[in-house]
Amino acid sequence: MASFNTLVLVCLGYVMLLFIVAFVADRLAATGGDRWLRSPLIYTLSLSIYCTAWTFYGAVGYAARSGLEFVTIYLGPTLVMIGWWWGVRKLIRIGRSQRITSIADLISARYGKSNLLAVGVTVLSVIAITPYIALQLQSITLSFAVFSDGDELTNRDTTAFWAASGLAAFAILFGTRNLDANERHQGVVTVVTAVALEAVVKLVALLAVGIFVVWGVAGGVPDMLERIDASDIGRWQTDRSRWATIMFLAAAAFICLPRMFQVMVVENDDERHLQTAGWAFPLYLAAMSLFVVPIAVIGLDTLPEGSNPDLFVLTVPLSEGREGLAMFSFLGGFSSATSMVIVAAMALSTMVSNHIVMPIWLSLRGDGASVSGDVRSIVIFSRRLAIAGIMALGYTYFRASGGGAALAAIGLIAFAGIAQVLPALVGGLYWRGATRSGAAAGLLVGFLVWAYTLLLPETGSGILTAGVLEHGPLGLSWLRPHALFGIEGLDPIVHSVAWSLFLNTAVFCIISVSTFPGPLERLQGAQFVNVFEHSAAPKEWAGSYAQTEDLMIMTQRIMEAEQARALFRQGAGQQGQSGEMPEPTPAFLEFLERALSGSVGAATAHAMIGQIVGRSSVSVEDLLAVADESAELMEYSSRLGAQSAELSRTARQLREANEMLTQISEQKDAFLSQVSHELRTPMTSIRAFSELMRDTEALSEADQKRFANIIHDEARRLTRLLDDLLDLSVLESGKVNLNLNAGNLSEVMDQAVVTALTGSSNPIQVLREPGSADIGIHTDLDRLSQVFINIISNAQKYCDAETPELSITTSRNGEQIVIDFVDNGSGIPPEARAAVFEKFARVSADKAGGAGLGLAICREILQRLGGDVSYLDGHEGGAFRVQLPLNTNL
Amino acid sequence: MNRHVLLVEDEPNIVEAIRFLLTREGWTVDCHTDGTDAVETVQALRPDLLILDLMLPGKSGLDILRELRGISDFEHLPVLMLTARGQSRDRDMAERAGVSRFMTKPFSNIEVLTAVRDLVALAGRA
Amino acid sequence: MNEKPTRPPVFLERSGYHRRRMADAAFLLPIFGALLLCTPILWPSTPDAPDQTVSAVSMSGAILYVFGVWLLLIIGAAWFGLWVRKWGEDRQDPGAL
Repeated sequence: MASFNTLVLVCLGYVMLLFIVAFVADRLAATGGDRWLRSPLIYTLSLSIYCTAWTFYGAVGYAARSGLEFVTIYLGPTLVMIGWWWGVRKLIRIGRSQRITSIADLISARYGKSNLLAVGVTVLSVIAITPYIALQLQSITLSFAVFSDGDELTNRDTTAFWAASGLAAFAILFGTRNLDANERHQGVVTVVTAVALEAVVKLVALLAVGIFVVWGVAGGVPDMLERIDASDIGRWQTDRSRWATIMFLAAAAFICLPRMFQVMVVENDDERHLQTAGWAFPLYLAAMSLFVVPIAVIGLDTLPEGSNPDLFVLTVPLSEGREGLAMFSFLGGFSSATSMVIVAAMALSTMVSNHIVMPIWLSLRGDGASVSGDVRSIVIFSRRLAIAGIMALGYTYFRASGGGAALAAIGLIAFAGIAQVLPALVGGLYWRGATRSGAAAGLLVGFLVWAYTLLLPETGSGILTAGVLEHGPLGLSWLRPHALFGIEGLDPIVHSVAWSLFLNTAVFCIISVSTFPGPLERLQGAQFVNVFEHSAAPKEWAGSYAQTEDLMIMTQRIMEAEQARALFRQGAGQQGQSGEMPEPTPAFLEFLERALSGSVGAATAHAMIGQIVGRSSVSVEDLLAVADESAELMEYSSRLGAQSAELSRTARQLREANEMLTQISEQKDAFLSQVSHELRTPMTSIRAFSELMRDTEALSEADQKRFANIIHDEARRLTRLLDDLLDLSVLESGKVNLNLNAGNLSEVMDQAVVTALTGSSNPIQVLREPGSADIGIHTDLDRLSQVFINIISNAQKYCDAETPELSITTSRNGEQIVIDFVDNGSGIPPEARAAVFEKFARVSADKAGGAGLGLAICREILQRLGGDVSYLDGHEGGAFRVQLPLNTNL
Repeated sequence: MNRHVLLVEDEPNIVEAIRFLLTREGWTVDCHTDGTDAVETVQALRPDLLILDLMLPGKSGLDILRELRGISDFEHLPVLMLTARGQSRDRDMAERAGVSRFMTKPFSNIEVLTAVRDLVALAGRA
Repeated sequence: MNEKPTRPPVFLERSGYHRRRMADAAFLLPIFGALLLCTPILWPSTPDAPDQTVSAVSMSGAILYVFGVWLLLIIGAAWFGLWVRKWGEDRQDPGAL
């Protein structure tokens, strides 16, 4: 038996080795020779922190107790990894594009950067992982005890204390040496390299013990199989519900465990590593599991009854006298525990520090905007503090739990706890409708059910009394922790997982469906669910070309593709290159930034370019998404604006059309009643006198003649009226055919005067200046004559002077002829002057005979001929001015 | 019984026709062609019957009627209103203003005589 | 990235189709794996009385089955991984789907 001191020396030596490896890796990374350290192999091996000391020691014990069921713990992750294309790849892409630092950060980022959710996931993780860390302490303690001769119980707490302290120091030294703004520090290399080394150690150690057992003890594979079948676990004997549940649980935990998330997503260098890890990690797991049953069977066979099967990996070689192998095996277990504790503590400390300590510290400091160097040291300090705190918690838990068999179940309980994150995670990755409220509510419900049905009954001795376990709280039997809602007889793990995840998912979905996400949540949701559309795949070659291409892609999202390409061509031309891919020189970047700032503003352009060339900490995808979204919003609102503008324009047009129709309708009504009046008046006279002539006997001859004359006059008046109406309607409709001819104004005037005064008993005296009207014109002579006749007839009709006179003066003003008609009567009263050209406007009722359409017709005619007629103010008598162009052109 | 009618109408031929018609029936017919002082003429002449055109220069027949109905002496004066505008709105307004009989041009002589007789009979009973 | 103008037009349809079918296969692989690995649930289990072990599957058989399926899945995943890598080298763009 090796002494306790030897063991300590071996452990210290091993730790030294790890430090040397880390140092070398660090140097390699610094000099750029770390390419193979970022290889898929290292990535695959780093995933092996899934296999903790619980695996290393516990799997054999598990197999000795429950047969093949232990293998489900490794089958779950196998399924996740072989389906990497659909799951883990998306997780990694999101992790990279959003610069995710932990599982809590991921959940928080997905649901609108909600710190509440981050705190929830962090607290859940700490609660679930603390017992798990205690389990590692126990395994180290137990393995020490196996080798040491001293009293196991007295040494136990001391060993655990030193192990916890040592691991804390180790984690602090490894995990928080460097700190990069985006967490993907170069320290990643050192930790991951160390973890990979440990992965090799534990695999080789377990394989060595297995090979020794199969070929050294059992004597070959066939003999081994025989002995397996002959043993206590030689028959298939598995709780069926546990088989499926644990497989699922392991798959869920593989994704959700903070330490797994750390190595799988946060520390991932290149998502193409998955092409290898997708099959290599399942192979690793299979290799880790391969000899578990043989070791268990041999242990059960050869070791005395009552030996702890959890330690068979150590005790079987020891009992066979292979101290060296046992020591190697011990190292394998030690490395399993250390790597798990280091990475778990790092992951948890990041979460605790980022989501709990830093927000509190910042709010206590009062000013959110702080200087970077200052914060950096605070972050490192808070992480170290968090690691120490987590280890202290684990140690305290180990002490409190008594370190007995109770710890054996911790692994699965932790799995079940951490699996509560799964609905929010999967929902967040694949369902845009998932909301923060839904995630928070689901998480809370899942956590409570898990704590009530599994965590407290199984580990929290004393919190739930036996009475509660037996009869439910307050005697409510349907609330018994192991038989919720009366469902009895299930295995506690299956029962708890089923209820907690079912209620978790149900609440998550229902609340998500019934709440509305905020803008940032929706933005992030789209970013997560459609991450492959939003982010670029990794390039085969890094460097300037890829960078230029990234810049090009970004530019195309901001301006038109053609415009962007022209811009790049121009940039390439300035560098003396042909093609579209200029070198991203500072000059070109400045040029591009100026061009982009025109579209997105200077600050944003600067941030975007700085991001792509690696000088900024704002996520470019965030900015692009914001740009996309705001462009969409702008388009949408401008569409809305256009629609509403068009609507109001249409409404205005409709209103105007309606007003016009109303106006036209009123005008038409007024016109029709005027026409009606003008038609009915002569018809009344005609009818009345014709009836008188018909019905009156002994009508005198004079009366007969008078009546017949009246009828005749009124009939002519009717005819005139109808002519005028027809004339006006033709003129107004614009269908009038003008008959343009050359002529002399004087001749037209002569003819008009004669026509107007013919048949008049007392003709008005027309005064004209001889020769003044001797002007050649080109117009519709007949229509012009009609105008003159109308005006002269009006003067004849309305001039009330004793010796009525009408003076007609003609003058020429350039291309215009102006003819004034002024009589010596009393004229038209000023208030009526504006209306004389309106239809049916009659100044006086005394002089019957006109329908009041004459001047309206005159104005229509003159306007057709390119002139006008107006009433001439400033004269005693009636005065009209006719204006006419020399030449009327159609 | 020498019945007295006042005819307010601006169309001379219609005045002529009605005057001839009613004179033969034994009426004393007075004529007035302008709306402006029609009310004063009615007050001065105090006719037994008023025949009123709707469209008159100066003041419309409706306004004249409203004014007359506001004077206690003429509250019950029989008024026959004539119009050449074929709008039912005019009839409504005239009836509201208190017209006794409303007639649209052109009318038959018989209609005028019948209306005049009816109105006189009614006035006599009242 | 699919929308890059440099996309080679020849056989695009066919390779695109193949790509989709391979993605389907990658999706089906874990599902088939889960089904195969859950088959032991259907096996007759050892009853409480140790005498009636006749019908139960032997542990060695169970181990061979489970590890056999495991190996198949690993081979399937390896094949898919190789295909994605090869395709990625052809296209210099393995990530986008």
